[in-house]
Amino acid sequence: MEIKKGIGVSPGVVISTAVVLDAEDLLIPKRGIEAGQVEGEVERLKAGVAAAIVALGKLKDDVASQHGKEIGGIFEFHLGILKDKSLLSQIAAEIRTQKVSAEYAVSVVMRRYAGKFLRMTNQYLSERVKDIHDIEKGLLNALIGQRREDLAHLKTDVVVIAHDLLPSQTASLDRRHVKGFATDAGGRTSHTAIVARAMGIPAVVGLGNITSEVSGGDTLIIDGNRGLVIINPDEEQLAEHREFERRLERLEKELGGLRELPAETKDGHVVSLQANIEFPEEVDDAVLRGAQGVGLYRTEFLYLASDHEPSEEEHYDAYADAVRRLKGRPLVIRTLDLGADKQTQARALVPERNPFLGDRSIRMCLHDIPMFKRQLRAILRASIMGDVRIMFPMISTLMELRQAKMILNDVMEELEDEGADFRRDIPIGMMVEVPSAAYMANNFAKEVNFFSIGTNDLIQYILAVDRTNEKVAGLYCPAHPAVLAVVRDVIRAGARNTIGVSVCGEMAGEPLYTLLLLGLGLTTFSMNGPDIPEVKKIIRSTTMEHAKHVARKVMSFDSERQVMHYLRDELRKIDPDVF
Amino acid sequence: MPTASKEIVVSNKLGLHARPAMQFVDLANQFKSAVTVYKGGEEPCEADGKSVMQMIILAATEGTPLRIQAEGDDAEAAVQKLAQLFADKFGEGE
Repeated sequence: MEIKKGIGVSPGVVISTAVVLDAEDLLIPKRGIEAGQVEGEVERLKAGVAAAIVALGKLKDDVASQHGKEIGGIFEFHLGILKDKSLLSQIAAEIRTQKVSAEYAVSVVMRRYAGKFLRMTNQYLSERVKDIHDIEKGLLNALIGQRREDLAHLKTDVVVIAHDLLPSQTASLDRRHVKGFATDAGGRTSHTAIVARAMGIPAVVGLGNITSEVSGGDTLIIDGNRGLVIINPDEEQLAEHREFERRLERLEKELGGLRELPAETKDGHVVSLQANIEFPEEVDDAVLRGAQGVGLYRTEFLYLASDHEPSEEEHYDAYADAVRRLKGRPLVIRTLDLGADKQTQARALVPERNPFLGDRSIRMCLHDIPMFKRQLRAILRASIMGDVRIMFPMISTLMELRQAKMILNDVMEELEDEGADFRRDIPIGMMVEVPSAAYMANNFAKEVNFFSIGTNDLIQYILAVDRTNEKVAGLYCPAHPAVLAVVRDVIRAGARNTIGVSVCGEMAGEPLYTLLLLGLGLTTFSMNGPDIPEVKKIIRSTTMEHAKHVARKVMSFDSERQVMHYLRDELRKIDPDVF
Repeated sequence: MPTASKEIVVSNKLGLHARPAMQFVDLANQFKSAVTVYKGGEEPCEADGKSVMQMIILAATEGTPLRIQAEGDDAEAAVQKLAQLFADKFGEGE
């Protein structure tokens, strides 16, 4: 029984069985398995070896056809080792006697041999150690590739442990059975945190080395409220956490009672609370929590969840699904925002030196108009099914915005020629996240129907901070006076030009900033579904007058610390339970 | 079960490196008998003649004496053929 402390980034408590997602490191930590799993693991080993042999055979053929049989012959040795039956039975024996995973057994046995090679005086032989490492790596890759398959088709409820979760990994997880996350790395705004909150499951990140402490099959308690992970808890802790779980359920019911009530201040000021989603299925949960619509549908996951660019039909199916589930409530679809931290770098032929500031998002779309049009066509076709709105991300110049609108117009004409039905006056908005757009908000406001302030990236650009870089992530702070000034000015520009303004970044869902945003005049907040009840509670517990007072006070401060202390105090007065 | 064995000396210049080791294993696999190769000297060791890994680990360089042993119905034929490989220097000419 062990207790590990990390950062709780998604609330809730879950007690379940662990599944460990290995990173592609060669350092495979010991993975103990149950006696009953041993034969299954041996089968996995055999399948992995067979797969590695096939993969190597293909590679050999490719190389031989390009460079001649001689070079292809290099792989003969590797194949010879992979087909070595006595080696296979040694690894299988390791699995059986030590009760460890196939990956661990492979590592142990191969490294034992590597050691023997290294110690040889004959230079030719001692150099063969490189081959041994290559073979080990190839085998591990084959085995790990297999494991990824298993995670897409889970049979029982599990919690997923990993070093860090990439969008590509979460996109292909079997979401019905995943009940919690715990990772070595990450912070409050990491991908793991975002997905966990969207799924409404507990998550703890920043645990440091949880992947080497947990074995597949261990029982874990993941406490997203207190940021704890308990490995193989004893009876007492199980009881304590079940009690905590019950209390949380009661709290949830209480907040659930808020669902039907409007997000209205005591003095009658009404705002709209909406949800950010990544998959259509999240709509149901969001609506249950009181979402009045979807303020941000992140469409990247359509691209990340598969190995090919989604077709127009695949786009359409997803959007139609989301619209249907919303039953008339508004849906804001953001066009492809793939970029720096979302994995495209791995696929790029020549990785960009500074992907954050590179060819991503709307820029990428304007460079690949056929791809852009596929998405736009699908959005327009879905627009007749409900209240659909379209939004362009990362707009930095008026030119870009006009180009995007022009292409949208082209698509409309194409659809018209085809006799397809769509909504001609579909509301067109843009993300305000690049500082240039924020500065010229007044100009941009004249050319769109609405703004959505993307505080996540806006803060990164304004403060020059990469929130995924653990060394500087602490500098990322929504409470920075410069950030607040920009947000205030964009809201004002919107009001001046009578267009709707929403905030769809994490800030919108953080109770700490609700009073402030309200007081600055924000009328639409879009956040992860699970965050809606708490934000609503705060809005219903205050007056617009008080919120304005809070905002005025905050805007007079010149440091994040002052801002946060003050906001914390004000929040505690309204909702003592919140911390 | 019939057994057979034969002593040979590694005579090709590069010794029992990857290619000859694989040739040996491929040939050994054609026989039903179990094949074991023994190396004496300062650090005696033995290898399963059907395992590429173990044969290579023998580190049988030029001049190393080895004993090929087979056990099974075709033991005699196995040992003869396998010894021949060494005598032919695995087709390496030197």
